[in-house]
Amino acid sequence: MITLTHYLVLSSILFTIGLIGIVRRKNLLMLFFSTEILLNAVNIGFAAVSKSFGDMTGQMFAFFIIAVAASEVAVGLGLLVLWYKRKSTIDLDSMQSMRG
Amino acid sequence: MMEKYIYITLFSPLIGSLFAAIFGDKKKKLITGVFASLMLLVSAFSSIYLMLHVSAEQTYHVKLMDWISAGGLNIPFGFVVDQVSVIMMVTVTFVSAMIHIYSIGYMDHDESFNRFFVYLSLFVFSMLILVMSDNFLGLFIGWEGVGLCSWLLIGFWYHKDSASWAANEAFIMNRVADLGMLIGIFLIYWNTGSLEYDAVFAKAATLPHHTLILIGAFLFIGAMGKSAQFPFHTWLADAMEGPTPVSALIHAATMVTAGVFLVIRSNAVFSMIPSVSLFVASLGAFVAVFAASMALVHNDLKKIIAYSTLSQLGYMFVAAGLGAYWIALFHLMTHAFFKSVLFLGAGNVMHAMDDELNIKKMGGLGEKMKWTMIIMTIASLALSGIYPFAGFFSKDKILEVAFSSHAYILWALLWIGAGMTAFYSFRLVMLVFFGEERYKRYGFHPHEASALMLWAMAPLALFATIGGFFEGGFHEFVTEFLPNFEAEIEPHFMSYILMVITLGVALSGILYAVYKYSTGGFSKEAEEYPVYKLLFNQYYIPQFYDKCIVKPYMSISTFLWQKVDVAIVDTIVDAIARVLYTSGDKARVMQSGNLSKMLRLMVFGLLVLLLLVVIFYPAK
Repeated sequence: MITLTHYLVLSSILFTIGLIGIVRRKNLLMLFFSTEILLNAVNIGFAAVSKSFGDMTGQMFAFFIIAVAASEVAVGLGLLVLWYKRKSTIDLDSMQSMRG
Repeated sequence: MMEKYIYITLFSPLIGSLFAAIFGDKKKKLITGVFASLMLLVSAFSSIYLMLHVSAEQTYHVKLMDWISAGGLNIPFGFVVDQVSVIMMVTVTFVSAMIHIYSIGYMDHDESFNRFFVYLSLFVFSMLILVMSDNFLGLFIGWEGVGLCSWLLIGFWYHKDSASWAANEAFIMNRVADLGMLIGIFLIYWNTGSLEYDAVFAKAATLPHHTLILIGAFLFIGAMGKSAQFPFHTWLADAMEGPTPVSALIHAATMVTAGVFLVIRSNAVFSMIPSVSLFVASLGAFVAVFAASMALVHNDLKKIIAYSTLSQLGYMFVAAGLGAYWIALFHLMTHAFFKSVLFLGAGNVMHAMDDELNIKKMGGLGEKMKWTMIIMTIASLALSGIYPFAGFFSKDKILEVAFSSHAYILWALLWIGAGMTAFYSFRLVMLVFFGEERYKRYGFHPHEASALMLWAMAPLALFATIGGFFEGGFHEFVTEFLPNFEAEIEPHFMSYILMVITLGVALSGILYAVYKYSTGGFSKEAEEYPVYKLLFNQYYIPQFYDKCIVKPYMSISTFLWQKVDVAIVDTIVDAIARVLYTSGDKARVMQSGNLSKMLRLMVFGLLVLLLLVVIFYPAK
């Protein structure tokens, strides 16, 4: 029997993986992947809790997050492509031009 | 209908001042002086018109606007024109108008000509607020305005150290006394719940006696400061650092009379507290002699006149303290005329002598300055109280008041004061205008003042001469509002004897001065007498103040500054700043601009927050 706890554990594991990815990775593309993992970890949590309590609000939020994540990735990838065209690298350490 | 004239009287000087202010820092423009003088004349005529319409049945009380209205406190910006305030208004505006006109000539060569008129008109405006207000708070506004303007004007030549020092002295000393005044006003409000004259004086009779004594005493402390009574008198002589028209204005119209006015205005309070009133009278008599004695030996032209003002203010306070309020007001008015003339005459002499003030360096100026000499002599005769000049009527009345109130000691003091007054007035006249022409030795080339200046003095001199004959009308007019006081001396011929005795002492003072200084004056040895030294050093009071108040205060201030402020307060503040600065400096490295690093910090922060939530989550 798969209960709410299992879902939440899965969500937490995914969230941790995403967090580690954010902290460790230096590649901008990988950073986007990590962000997606984070968002989807939260989505799983929302959907599971929503189902468990019989309240649709959680699932609604999950949809919102998917929509926002999609647009965010679109913008982010656009910027990424531009950056790559200019600097031929997407390494995070190269992005220090606005340092004070 | 009459409201219009009240506002014209009040605001014309302000308009003149604001107009001059437009050109405040510009080069001399004659129009500022002319316009300001014109506004003052308008104000003077309008107040004379008001005086003709004020009567026992008809006084005017207008409300410009609600001013302070908070909770139970309700103070309108109101003005009252009754017999007392209208007399003050006429005196103030008339004398000030003449001084304005005179100043056009006097300040002719001063580069701050325009600025001078800004302050001068503002001074008059403040004084008008003071005398016209219908409540104590409005009076206080005028009171402080007058103090401010006196500071501006005494320190008019601020590049001179002595002038700015004198301005500060006047301002600070007035501030000390104003505290008393303010406490008096607070007491009035606490005890009567109002500050308007009508309401306060109506309730005054129901107040407990000791409260009234407190109120009267504190109000009088304020009056002592503004009217430069002992022990607040030192500022007045030092205030001579200002331009001479300012001295005339301060002494005759706009400042020192404010204290006397306050006592007259609050007669309802003072007449119920005989103990305080007696103190007022005694202090007045003391100052009358005290100041006159200092004037006897001074060599500074303006300071002699300044001390004579002090002494005359003492006379006014004697009259007010003995309940003869209308006589105090009468002496205030006649004094305004002859004292302004004296100062303006002194201004002419200073012009002629290139701002030299030592009368020992003058002498024989009468030949070169005939009209100034005549006018100054008239004013001195009036000051000495010689019939038929104005001073005789008012001063003689005050002596009668003292005698008829059985205050024989006060009478004797005033009598001695009258003799001294006559002596020092004519000592001044003799040393300046007659005798050997000492100025030649010092290379001065005196000349008569311009016609404009002389003509501006003429009306004042005229009133100094004939002002006394208005006594009957004045008495009738003012006692419609003020309590009447008839000096009744039994038997009746005693009053004539008194008059002769008073005139006698004044005349003998004059004759002695004339005799002594036409035969060469006092010998050098006289200056070695301890009495002379005591008087010449003003009873060592300035030195005393310097040693016992200024110096200790200075050392306390220095201690507080170096030990408390710098060593403790500043150190603490600096330490706080330094902590913030250093921590900022240390934390600055976080802002490396590296995205990856920042993300790590963010995650770290998130974890910390989470941890905090877990730790501090309220237990169920």
